[in-house]
Formats: sequence, structure tokens, C-alpha cells
Amino acid sequence: MALQDLCKCRDNFLDSFTTFGKKTGCNSVIPFPDRTSWFNFYTPVAGYLDESPIQFGQIRPVQNSSDIFSQDSVAPSLSSPTNLPLSSSQSVPLPFPMSHGTTTLAFMFQGGVLAAADTRSSCSGLVACPASQKILPIHSHLVGTTSGTSADCALWKRILARELRLYQLRHGRRLSTRGAAKLLSYMLHPFKGTELCVAATLCGWDGGEDDGRRDHVGAKIDCREMSGLGKPVDTSVEEASQAETKTSSSTNLRKSESFSGPSLIYVCSDGTRLQGTLFSVGSGSPYAYSILDQGVQWGLTLQEATAVAREAVYRATHRDAYSGNCVDVYHISSKGWTRRSREDLKEEYYREKRRQEKREKQERDFVCVKDLKQTKME
Amino acid sequence: MEYLIGIQGPDFVLVAADNVAASSILQMKHDYDKMFKLSEKILLLCVGEAGDTVQFAEYIQKNVQLYKMRNGYELSPSAAANFTRKNLADYLRSRTPYHVNLLLAGYDDADGPGLYYMDHLSSLAKAPFAAHGYGAFLTLSILDQHYRPDLTREEAVDLLKKCIEELNKRFILNLPSFTVRLIDKEGIHDLETLTSGAK
Repeated sequence: MALQDLCKCRDNFLDSFTTFGKKTGCNSVIPFPDRTSWFNFYTPVAGYLDESPIQFGQIRPVQNSSDIFSQDSVAPSLSSPTNLPLSSSQSVPLPFPMSHGTTTLAFMFQGGVLAAADTRSSCSGLVACPASQKILPIHSHLVGTTSGTSADCALWKRILARELRLYQLRHGRRLSTRGAAKLLSYMLHPFKGTELCVAATLCGWDGGEDDGRRDHVGAKIDCREMSGLGKPVDTSVEEASQAETKTSSSTNLRKSESFSGPSLIYVCSDGTRLQGTLFSVGSGSPYAYSILDQGVQWGLTLQEATAVAREAVYRATHRDAYSGNCVDVYHISSKGWTRRSREDLKEEYYREKRRQEKREKQERDFVCVKDLKQTKME
Repeated sequence: MEYLIGIQGPDFVLVAADNVAASSILQMKHDYDKMFKLSEKILLLCVGEAGDTVQFAEYIQKNVQLYKMRNGYELSPSAAANFTRKNLADYLRSRTPYHVNLLLAGYDDADGPGLYYMDHLSSLAKAPFAAHGYGAFLTLSILDQHYRPDLTREEAVDLLKKCIEELNKRFILNLPSFTVRLIDKEGIHDLETLTSGAK
């Protein structure tokens, strides 16, 4: 790997934890044995099945410094984590119960992909952060919403960003959203069954070749969108008829699955990988789904789509205790992602209350006027 | 939650699977295809635990294709079924067993049509008709009652419709639509997606 060679750190890491790996006897099938050594990715998943039940959940000391620790088992605590790689934490009980409260949603429409999320990071009953960012940009045309454990999501998004950048440097073109989703899914697969929880929707725009042609072709796509056709075709503009097919095939040099246009894929650490046009993830997702199912159509304008997304997040934050605070809205189009400024939903709540009061007042006035007219006539 | 069914006729196999991709109480997708094409005349239908299904089915799919590339001819349905079962069995007592239930349907030019039932404990049985899922409890007796080895294609589709009708009537979960495919000596044919009349 380029970075590893640059830093010349690879050998040190390899040595220190292969011994550890042998100690716990974990011998798993890792898809990327080389690059994962940076982050100690050997699978902790069922290492504990090898241990005797008496020592379940207790930290195993590293073999090199075994003189002091060898006989005794260290009590489960975080007091001596320094000589242990991060992934051994699987055998240590979690310091506090993690909770996965959030509302994130994403949907496709004629203008691209819209992603929205709340900003509350909760930890059981505590709001750990009222202003966290749950939609993380991965590259200029790909954004991922995160749900699950915040730390896991942030880490894996960065890893995905790194891998995608490497792919781009090696192959001269960006990996499609589907490819990115598959990559993420396969990277998370070894951790299935562990406490790792990442549920992300990757929202992206797959373009044509990564060269100067992009801009003027992008402009052509926008014209197409105005006329309300289906998913636009990126390349040969002459073939207008192709725009009508739902599965927009492109006449790229790369055959088979090349696709350009918006793309939305849900990836979960349990292995689920679904491509679709509308997803909502998190504890507030049922509430959001009901709003979205009514309001989302292909032909929405950007304004309307943003309104629907905001409304859905607002309703979910109203009902779900683990979602709240502000809402972030991101829009991904052929030109990349743009972010709407963060909006506090508390204001929305008061605005709605005032609107409702005004409406009730109007109705009352109307009724009074009607009565007045009737009495006058009589 | 998920439902698979297969019916073998004298020169064809009819298979159907529901189209729901669920996550806890939500239907995340209504048009999810649970059938994996292993070769021109073999289909693998796979249900079970969320990530395991796709991982295992794709693994089998790519290996069957690799066999074809290496040897120049395709695996027969019987060989593919046994290969799949062997893989399931190997992983069964490992640390990462695959919790999947499968139906493999294929047409062999020499032996004719075949339907193979496999479950997560890596059992394998060649059967004239089979079903997976909670819906199987409701529909197997219908298949027992009405199945004949010399069914025509129309009769098989009618039998399938009877089963789905029963599911709509008695099954507590909503399975609105089913992908239906037929395999015969010509290959794999997509039939009309069956939807529940409630729509």
C-alpha cells in the first residue's frame, strides 16, 4: 500500500500483533490481509470461543511481556490497555451501553439524491452531542449517512474514503456507488456478529469518465432534468431515446454494468446491501417513512424535496426520543454535493404551533362572522 | 418472513420467491430479487440471515462460473447442489456458519429438471416440490394434495397461485408480490410477477 510504504511502519505493526493473533488462536478469513494490518483488523469475532469459560471476557496480556502477567488473568478493565491492540476490546465489556438513536433518510428524485439527518448523538438517556454530523461526505460526488455507533461510522467512512481515493489513483476513474457499497460491505463482513454497528446509506452521483468533458455533459443533463425525463444519460447526448429507459445504460467504453446518474444504496454491518430509491435508517425511521411514502415522487423540485425531507426529519425528531436538535440536508447532483445550512428544529416546532394557533383563530373568526351575518339577516 | 417455493414438472421447474427485503418491522424494499443465476439453466434461491444470503449465494455463483471458465463446461444442477451443500457443511462447524435456506432449481440436458432443497444445517434432498419459510407450513399440504408428476406449465402456475392465495388469506405477514421464473431446456424464463389481489 502506498501509505504504508511511505511511512515504513508496516513491519512494526505486523510483528507486534501476529504474536497476539497466535495467542488467541484466531484464524479468520480476512478479505484484505495486507492493508488491514494497519488497523489490527484480524477478526476478534469469535476468538472468545477458544478461551476457557473461566477467563471469558478478560484481557489477555501480550506474550512478549508475559513475565509479569503470565499466570494471572487481568481483571476486565480499561486500566492497562497500552500494550493491547484496539480490536482486543471485544473481550472487554463495553464501558457504557451504546445506543443507536438517530433519524437519517435519503431518496432519489429528478434532481439527484437528497439526504437528510438529525444531529443528536445519544448515549442511553444522555444527549452526548446535540450538534453532531451524521452525513459525512466521502468524495465530491458521494455522501454517506451514518447510523449506529458514531465512532464506528466515522472510522469506516474514512476508511472507505481512503480506499476510494486509492482506487481512483490506481484506475484513473471513480468507483461507482455500487462498487463503493460492495467494498464497504465486504470490509465490514469480518466483523459480523461483533458489537460493530454501521448502517449507512451511500448517496452518490456516478459520472462518466473523469475528464474535462464532465462539465458540459453535466450541463446537458440539467436541461434534461428540467424537461422531466427519467434518469439522464451521461454520455452520447445524441441518443436521446436512451433517456427513456429506466435502467439508463451508458455507452462508456466500460461495458456491462456502467451506469451514470444518481445512485442510492443502503449498507449495513450485518451484511445487508440494498439498492433503491428511498431509505430511512435509525430509531426514528418508521416515523420518517410514513411522511416520505406520502410525499416523495420522482418529479419533485429541489425546494419541494427539501421540504419533504425536512418535514420527515422533524416529525421523526418530534416522536423519537433519540433523535432531535437540528437537521442537515445534503443534495447530490451531477455537480457534486451541496449542503444546506443546519436548521434548528426547535424553531420549526414553535413555528408550527403559531401556524396552528393562527389557523384556529381564523376559523373561530370565520364562524363568528357567519353567525353575525345570520343574525343580521334574521 | 420470507418465502420460497419450487415445483418440478416433467420437463421444467417452476420457482417463486417473495420480493420483500425487511429490516426488523420495516419493508426496506418491495422489489428485491432473491434468485441468483448460477448458470444458464440453474437458479439458486436464497433466504435467511441478512448478510449471509448475499455473501453465500454470490460465493457459490462465482465459483460455479469459475468452474466453467476453468473446465470449459458447466456444472450440472446435481453437482452444483452438492457443491453448495458441501460448502454449507464446511462452514457449519466453523466460527462463522452461514444461516441460509436454499432451493436450487436446474435443468440438466441429460437428466432433465431437478429441484434441490437445502437448509441451514446443510441437509440436501432432491424433491418434486419444496418450500421455505413460515409460509411453507401453510402451503406444503396444498402441494401434497394437488401435485402430480405430469403437471403442465399452466397447471403448475395455477398450483403456485393457489399457494399464494392461501398465504394471502392466512399468513399474518404481508407478502405483496412474488418473482416467478421457469427453467426448462431453453433456459431461464421470467414469468409475470404475481401480486396479491389486495392492491
